[in-house]
Amino acid sequence: MAGFWDFEDPLIPMEDWIETTVDWLVANYRSEFQLIKWPVQKVMWGMEALFKGVHPAVMIGLLTLAAWKLVGWRMALFTAATLFLVGLLGMWEHTMVTLAMVVSAVAFCAAVGIPLGILASQSDRFEAGLRPLLDAMQTTPAFVYLVPVVMLFSIGTVAGVIATIIFAMPPIIRLTNLGIRQVPQELVEASRAFGATRSQRLRRVQIPLAMPTIMAGLNQTIMLSLSMVVIAALIGAGGLGVPVFEGLNSLQVGLAGVGGLSIVLIAMVLDRLTQALGTPKAK
Amino acid sequence: MADKEKIVVKNLYKIFGHHPARAFPLLKKGKTKEEIHAELGLTIGVQDANFSIPEGEIFVIMGLSGSGKSTLVRMFNRLIQPTRGQVLVDGRDIVSMGKAELIKLLRSDMSMVFQSFALMPHMTVLQNAAFGLETAGMPKKERELRALDALEQVGLKPYADSMPRELSGGMQQRVGLARGLAVDPSILLMDEAFSALDPLIRTEMQDELLRLQSEHQRTVVFISHDLDEAMRIGDRIAIMESGRIVQIGTPDEILQDPADEYVKAFFRGVDPTNVLSAGDIARKTQVTAIRHKGEGPRAVLERLNREDRPYAYVLDQKKVYQGIVSVDSLKSVIKDGGEPRFADAFLPGADPVDAAAPLQDLIPLLTAAPWPLPVVDEAGRYLGAISKNIFLKALYRADMPEETTGENPPEANG
Ligand SMILES: Nc1ncnc2c1ncn2[C@@H]1O[C@H](COP(=O)(O)OP(=O)(O)OP(=O)(O)O)[C@@H](O)[C@H]1O
Ligand SMILES: [Mg+2]
Repeated sequence: MAGFWDFEDPLIPMEDWIETTVDWLVANYRSEFQLIKWPVQKVMWGMEALFKGVHPAVMIGLLTLAAWKLVGWRMALFTAATLFLVGLLGMWEHTMVTLAMVVSAVAFCAAVGIPLGILASQSDRFEAGLRPLLDAMQTTPAFVYLVPVVMLFSIGTVAGVIATIIFAMPPIIRLTNLGIRQVPQELVEASRAFGATRSQRLRRVQIPLAMPTIMAGLNQTIMLSLSMVVIAALIGAGGLGVPVFEGLNSLQVGLAGVGGLSIVLIAMVLDRLTQALGTPKAK
Repeated sequence: MADKEKIVVKNLYKIFGHHPARAFPLLKKGKTKEEIHAELGLTIGVQDANFSIPEGEIFVIMGLSGSGKSTLVRMFNRLIQPTRGQVLVDGRDIVSMGKAELIKLLRSDMSMVFQSFALMPHMTVLQNAAFGLETAGMPKKERELRALDALEQVGLKPYADSMPRELSGGMQQRVGLARGLAVDPSILLMDEAFSALDPLIRTEMQDELLRLQSEHQRTVVFISHDLDEAMRIGDRIAIMESGRIVQIGTPDEILQDPADEYVKAFFRGVDPTNVLSAGDIARKTQVTAIRHKGEGPRAVLERLNREDRPYAYVLDQKKVYQGIVSVDSLKSVIKDGGEPRFADAFLPGADPVDAAAPLQDLIPLLTAAPWPLPVVDEAGRYLGAISKNIFLKALYRADMPEETTGENPPEANG
């Protein structure tokens, strides 16, 4: 028989507790969770229709134009070449699904995360309460999200987007909060001295000055979304995770390799584009 | 100048820390700032300030770093919430005022200029100048017109569309000033507004302020570290130490009758049996003109203009002091026609002081004379001159060491 100090049998039945909790949530609140799912589903389906519906040549043209406007002609060339290559590799449709998922997830992250970050910047207490939650969201391995998400939201692309939202939200909250708190005290004082209300101060001074930091947060959120979207293939989400996952299952190293390459290429495009958002071109 | 009291401060306290009221019993017992900090961990920012500022006055607050100057002034616009007491502006108490009323006051009648300029880096010069009007909700067209007007007052209209970072420090502070003026306040708070500027620009800004003041009398509360600046622009000066106001008076009053050791340390040195004499501190920083054929009044006038100095000290070939001429007096003798002579341009009353004169004797002379005092030896030879600034600095250096250990010199920035 194993002794106490072997630590073999769990004396704290944490496993059971978690299971009971999640089961209880599923049993009692599934409909509420379906309610959360609804807007995500709407946006995701809309995005998917958009990205898949637009002719590849038009899509490449639009993204190239955006790259040219935001960064410059080198980036435009790189974007065009990358997308073209992805198409030649036969990964176009998967890529579009992935982009639709990333865009949807990031839209929700920004819509929820930026206001939360602003709130956190205004209240030390709120920030203190939020911090452990964000730490947990960020340090929990991506795979661990998948089980409860599947139980609450079932499988598929939409469930994958929801897992992605949870996983990718922390940086935008953190950096919005940080960016606003980093605005020099003297500027905050100056705006108060001239009779600015809190909302005027936020709108005219703190948020504009925090923009580069908020954009850095957005960039991190986008990159995290991309990595999670791929993992979400495990729970039946579409996109570039699918070839990787299939290749892994059937040991088709070529297929997995092509999927992986496409992910890396898309990541590079997204990273550079969104980094450019944070550092506007000098006038 | 009207006699109306613009700002009245009554029993005003600021104590930093948790549960600040705990400090009052100790203050009553006469405990010092340090003792209270050691005992309760509370910092006395300002204690029991009582004074009033009449309308249109330039009121300068001086004191060593940490003496509570900024805290005091920031309670006037409630950037810092007072712990106790009243600040009455036109009879209305700022401290108990509701938020909406306070905001209204800040948008229209009281503005602030900061040491670090505190311009919004993402806004143009014009937008910065219009900031106070924008918060007040004035329509764009109208506020830009008024901001342009304010920029014009400080000579920066051509830079309206520049970004602040493209301007020099002096120009940035002009924008800060324009931002303050644009709301057309009757009270202007200036927290070491010119301290970050180099000396020449600083003097220029002081002149600018005095000029603006002559056009439109505002009540100006001006914090300064610089004795010369305080004497130059202040109608009255308040000296602060450890959160208390230890003396208030005109520059001359304070110079002649310092209230205590601390003020003496500021204004004339602590040791009355000072061993220094006029000759020890005279400096050859003034323009001198030797009376000989080569350099006549015209040449000296030109030199003064070129070097942008107001006075020249005229000596003979043996360096014996003759008199002082000014730009204006030179101009008038030249204009009178004929061959101009220095003797006709000498300013009346510019008597030299003896090198052996004790420094105390110089105080009335210094406050009376607009020019630096010329100093001569027994033979009447010019040794140099003593400006107010040289005087104060010299005395200060000579007397500080034992008396106020551990403090920073008054003119050092904190
Ligand atoms: N927010 C704060 N919290 C705690 N203590 C403060 C705070 N602000 C100022 N103090 C303290 O109050 C005292 C007065 O500070 P204040 O800034 O008014 O001095 P000052 O005379 O303006 O100095 P300086 O010449 O350096 O600007 C100092 O002891 C300072 O440490
Ligand atoms: Mg200060």
